[in-house]
Amino acid sequence: MSEKILKEIKVRVWKQKNSTAKGKFETYTVHNISTDTSFLEMLDILNMQLVEEGKEPIVFDHDCREGICGTCSLFINGRAHGPDDDITTCQLHMRKFKDGETITVEPFRVGAFPVIKDLMVDRTAFEKILQAGGFVSVNTGGIPDGNAIPISYDDAEAAMDAASCIGCGACVATCKNSSAMLFVSAKVSHLARLPQGKIEASRRAKAMVAKMDELGFGNCSNTGACEVECPKGISIANIATLNREYLMAKIKD
Amino acid sequence: MSNFVSSSIGKKFFMSITGFFLMMFLLVHLSINLLLIFDDSGELFNMGAHFMGTNPLIRIVEPILAIGFILHMAYAVYLTWQNMKARPVDYKQVNQKEASTWASRNMFVLGLLITSFLVLHIMNFYWKLKIEKSVGLVMVSGAEMHDAYTLVAGLFKSSLAYDLVYIFGAIVLGIHLTHGFWSAFQTMGWSGNLWRKRIEFVGNVFAIIIAIGFSIIPLYFIIRF
Repeated sequence: MSEKILKEIKVRVWKQKNSTAKGKFETYTVHNISTDTSFLEMLDILNMQLVEEGKEPIVFDHDCREGICGTCSLFINGRAHGPDDDITTCQLHMRKFKDGETITVEPFRVGAFPVIKDLMVDRTAFEKILQAGGFVSVNTGGIPDGNAIPISYDDAEAAMDAASCIGCGACVATCKNSSAMLFVSAKVSHLARLPQGKIEASRRAKAMVAKMDELGFGNCSNTGACEVECPKGISIANIATLNREYLMAKIKD
Repeated sequence: MSNFVSSSIGKKFFMSITGFFLMMFLLVHLSINLLLIFDDSGELFNMGAHFMGTNPLIRIVEPILAIGFILHMAYAVYLTWQNMKARPVDYKQVNQKEASTWASRNMFVLGLLITSFLVLHIMNFYWKLKIEKSVGLVMVSGAEMHDAYTLVAGLFKSSLAYDLVYIFGAIVLGIHLTHGFWSAFQTMGWSGNLWRKRIEFVGNVFAIIIAIGFSIIPLYFIIRF
C-alpha cells in the first residue's frame, strides 16, 4: 500500500475535565498526515501541536501500541476501536480515513466505566469482576508433563480463543445495553473448558455474574454487536457457554 | 436458588422460557386460524374455535398463557429500563448498522407495537366472545356453539383498514421473531458456533411462516370478498 499524505484532517474530540464535569466537543485541525500513521500517532502529532500552541493536550489511554494490552479505547466515528475489523485503536491507520474528513472521537460511554478525563475511562470494573472470579486450584511441585493432562484438541482451541480476550472493554462500549457478557463469558468459558479450571467452575460463574450485575452493567440481549467489534474476534458462543454454566450452577444449588 | 430471579441471566431466563411458550402458542393459534380460509361456510373454523373453547386442557393452559404474556412484557420493561440506566451519557455519534441487525436492536419497540396490536385484537374478538358474550349461536353437526366465524370473517370482509392492521401486526411479529427465536435458544445456552447458524435459519423460517400465515387470512378476505 503506497503512502499518501492527508492534507487536512479535522478531529472532533470529546473534552471533559473530570468524571463529574460536563464535557463537550472541541474540533482541531491537523495537516499533512501520512496514511501510514496510526490513529494514536495522529493524536500524538495533534498533542505536540497543542503543546506548542500552549493549549492543554488531549488525554487518552494507550500502552503497548501493538494490539495486545487492551489499554487503548476510543469510540471513533460511532464505532469502538474505529472503522476496521479485529483491531484495537492502536492498530488503526489513517489510510482508513479520507482527506478533509471530520473524525469524531468519543470516550467509551458506559456507566460502569466513568470518564477520568477527556477520552480516558476507568475500567477498574473489569478487574473487580476478575477478582470475584477467584483462584484456580493448581498443584504445587514440579512442572507437570504437558501430556499428563488430557485435554481434547477442540477444548484446548476453544479455551485459547476465549483466553485471547485482552479486556479492552470494546464489547461493553459497543453494546446498546452496556452489557459485559462477552468479557465475562470469555473468562468463564476459558477456564470451564480446561481440567485445571473445572473444580471452581460453578462458583466462578455465579460470582462473576453477580459482580457484573452489582457493578451496573446492562443485560445482554444477544444483538451480537460485541463479537463484531471485539479486536480479538471472541465469539458469542462463549455467552451461550456462560449461560449454560450459570444455569447449571444454579440448578445444582 | 437465592438471587437467581434478580440476576441478569435469571431475568433473561424468564424472557426466554416465556418466549418459547408464546412461540408454541403462535403455532397452535395459526393452525386453528387457517381453518378460516379452507371452509367458506365457517363450520370448520367454528368447530376449531369450539374445541379450543371447551377442551379442558386448553382451559387450563389459557390462564398460564396470560401469565406468560404478562411475565414476558414485565421482564421486557424491567430489563430495558436497567439497560438504559447502564449508559447514563449517550454517544453523540453511533454507527451500529455494521455490527447488529435492526430487529435485535429494536426488540422493545417491536414488542410495544405487538402489545398495542394485542389489545386491539382482544377487543375485536376475545372480548366479544368471552366477556360481552355478544356473539350469536349456531348449530354445527348437532352441537350448539358460538358463531366465531361470522365474527372474524365479518370484520375482515367489512373493513379494509382492519385487514391492513392485522397484516401489519403479523409482519411486526415476524420481525420480532427473527431475533427472538434464536435469542431464546442462546439465553438457555443451547447454542454454539455450529448450532447458531442452524437455529438462526430455523428461526427465520419460523418467523416467515408466522408472518405470512397470519397475513394470508385478511388477504384472503380482501381478495375473495
